[in-house]
Amino acid sequence: MKKLLTSLALAAAVIAPASAQTLVINNGRVVTNTNAGVIQNGAVVVRDGAIVEVGSDVAIPDGAEVIDAEGGWITPGLFHPQTQLGLIEVGAESSTHDDSAEDSSFTAAIDVADGFNPSGTHIDSTRLEGVTRFAVHPTTGSAILAGRGALADATGEPDSLFASRQFMLVDMSQSGGRTAGGSRTAAWTFLRAAIEDARFYPGRFMSHHEGDAIDRYDAAALVSAVRGEIPLIMLMDRAADIRRAIAFADQYPAIRVIIAGGAEAHLVADDLADAGIPVIYDPMRNLPDSFDTLASTNEGASILHEAGVQVAYTTLGSDLYFNPRLLAQHAGIAVAHGADWDDAFRAVTLTPAEIYGVGDRFGALATGYTADVVVWDGDPLEVMSAPTSVIIGGELQSLETRQTRLRDRYADVTDEHQYAYEH
Amino acid sequence: MHRTLKALGASIAALSAFGLAACSSETGSGSEPSGDVDIVRYDSNPFPSTYEPVPSGVTLITGATVFDGVGGELENTDILIENGRIAAIGAGLSAPEGASVIDAEGRYITPGVVDIHSHLGVYPSPSVNAHSDGNEAVAPVTAEVWAEHSVWPQDPGFDTALAAGVTTLHILPGSANLFGGRGVTLRNVPSRTMQGMKFPDAPYTLKMACGENPKRVYGNRGGPATRMGNLAGYRQAWQQASDYRQSWREYWEAAEAGEDVDPPTRNFELDTLMGVLDGEILVQMHCYRADEMAMILDLAEEFDYQVTTFHHAVEAYKIPDILAEHNTCAAVWADWGGFKMEAYDSIRENLPLTHAGGACAMIHSDSDLGIQRLNHEVAKALSDGRRMGLDISDAEAVSWFTSNPARALGIFDETGSIEEGKRADLVLWSGHPFSSYALADNVYLDGALMFDRADPERRTVRDFMLGQPGEGDY
Repeated sequence: MKKLLTSLALAAAVIAPASAQTLVINNGRVVTNTNAGVIQNGAVVVRDGAIVEVGSDVAIPDGAEVIDAEGGWITPGLFHPQTQLGLIEVGAESSTHDDSAEDSSFTAAIDVADGFNPSGTHIDSTRLEGVTRFAVHPTTGSAILAGRGALADATGEPDSLFASRQFMLVDMSQSGGRTAGGSRTAAWTFLRAAIEDARFYPGRFMSHHEGDAIDRYDAAALVSAVRGEIPLIMLMDRAADIRRAIAFADQYPAIRVIIAGGAEAHLVADDLADAGIPVIYDPMRNLPDSFDTLASTNEGASILHEAGVQVAYTTLGSDLYFNPRLLAQHAGIAVAHGADWDDAFRAVTLTPAEIYGVGDRFGALATGYTADVVVWDGDPLEVMSAPTSVIIGGELQSLETRQTRLRDRYADVTDEHQYAYEH
Repeated sequence: MHRTLKALGASIAALSAFGLAACSSETGSGSEPSGDVDIVRYDSNPFPSTYEPVPSGVTLITGATVFDGVGGELENTDILIENGRIAAIGAGLSAPEGASVIDAEGRYITPGVVDIHSHLGVYPSPSVNAHSDGNEAVAPVTAEVWAEHSVWPQDPGFDTALAAGVTTLHILPGSANLFGGRGVTLRNVPSRTMQGMKFPDAPYTLKMACGENPKRVYGNRGGPATRMGNLAGYRQAWQQASDYRQSWREYWEAAEAGEDVDPPTRNFELDTLMGVLDGEILVQMHCYRADEMAMILDLAEEFDYQVTTFHHAVEAYKIPDILAEHNTCAAVWADWGGFKMEAYDSIRENLPLTHAGGACAMIHSDSDLGIQRLNHEVAKALSDGRRMGLDISDAEAVSWFTSNPARALGIFDETGSIEEGKRADLVLWSGHPFSSYALADNVYLDGALMFDRADPERRTVRDFMLGQPGEGDY
């Protein structure tokens, strides 16, 4: 049961069907992510899944369901730019994985939507922490081109994956070099050759199906990235690699490059800003955990914002399948280390939506936006805050998960035999 | 003929001999024969601490809100530090002449953070192959290895942990083995040597591991391949240790009576297990599932030893009563889980529920990133506990990253709380330590200011980072 229908709401639906789909969230501090800024004691009106009004002086339509924020915060839902939700249920159990097609001969054509499971239990616990939309990333398999990722909402409903084949992922980090043939040089050579294969698709494949790097079916899949219809996300951390990526983007102006990782991105912040290359970045990572991340620092996020780089935050330092729910905590780290609160909050809401080309629908509270609204009992970036209501696409969501069921079962273990039958 | 230890004088050997306490109590007081010089006793501390506190002056910190780590929240309170120790706690303390005075009005002080589960130094940054020194994954029982022999004191992770208020940390071997080896407790100071970081007189610990890891590592390498194989492996080893201990006792008793007896052959693995049976080495056991923890507690009764702490203990919330009954603690994450089946039942309320159920509970990191925010990890667990209706104060929850881990490491008489006479291990936080935006402004070890956020020149920088991009940037 993801959609919460209280008996009250049911009754309202019976009595006043015309306005049953109107929802008002009021009496809270509204963070709009628009020029309207923050509205103290504001309200958001939702109808048919979309936001119809945001303001401080809002009339409650007759029959509308009202969610009283009780002085808390009302914000757009969080948008996680890099997860493997719905692809991995248990990390160490490969039978529960669909993130990496490591033994497949296909590369760019891989489509994570084929493996996505909206019933994955971690989607529920992610929703509980205010994440309403997320990107689903494949893991690199047999080649550095990992395939195409998707965008999903956090309802856990069968139709929650709302956009497939939204970006192409390529591993251009140290590990990509190993995959491609032992060195970064192999990775770049492979990538350029693959791009040429796609640029000259289908002509090059008229008489045979092999290209220089990838075969016909993969080349066909790569075409949309080469034409800039979808972004090409490059995994990399080292500053030198990012400089190569900037040069690459200059060479192929049609390709929309995004850096994911970017532990040393702050060292090339100005160049990234000039090139208009966004970065999916984790403010938590600050250790030289490899020779690619020697310069990583908690100050990195604020440096990137200051330079004008488009930054979306991720949870790489936690994980991407169980703890994407910690996105707000990771944003709080950026603020503690100098990022403006507004920049940090956008980096987990509007900016990721913009990076994926859906910033006109998600990530802000404004008329016409999809009604992904979260009510919090305090500042959402504070570790002690939590959502009290989560609304996705205008629907109030359940805040019950497998974990809360376990909690409730064991909340009071006084009878050895009784508890296991209370469900 | 008795073999003697050449490197040790008889008096030193008698003072520090392994198992001496048990031996003396058996033979009664003052009845040692003059032939004692030839009795074989081994040094229990052959890699002794050379830790010396960094010299510090007199410091008075005024006007802070102090969480003392043992349940107290004291507003507008001053702390006087003298000779590296906490000399006084109270309101309106006057500064001795020459004291440096820190105005902490509006800020918060807690005891230095204690992490009971860290692999800094044994799995250091950068995590290259050459640095993988945490698991002696060659046999399921390697109680003979000591984590301190793998600690690389130049791990840059020590610096970032210090900047987050960590003053004491316990370094463990990994969890590949049933018996992974000894852990070591360190002071978080820059040092050329491991010995220079070693917490003076802290008891040794023994890392053991339940469940999936040992059976995964050894399943196709001769076993154990199952959980029942794990249990058989523990029992076999404990029985050997029990026999070994008995043979040494018999030897010492006979030798002290003047008999001409040969000592047992020394076995480094069983030396460690004997230390546990003698109550000198504390068991720190990696264990996730409730049912397994319950069996391990029976195992400990069978062989008459104490499990001090279950680490990770993702299902501790299912058995707080059983843990409390055995006086065994749980050291847990706030919200890690899902990475294997035994971590699948992770819930965010594990820590507060276990605490509320009467067991001793605490946070731990097991992570070079997590160790940098144990206050925030506690804050998450606390707020989740309160949301389900548990009544736990901020001050109580501070014990989860201070006094409780200090107790479980056997060092609470020295650190882990703000009480007169204790080591002045303190963190001055910029705001409430449960706020996302709070950072450690000042970190004191034994009264010495080891980290000052306002003074980048004072930042510790491990050798590895010299001349690298990012040197001195945390």
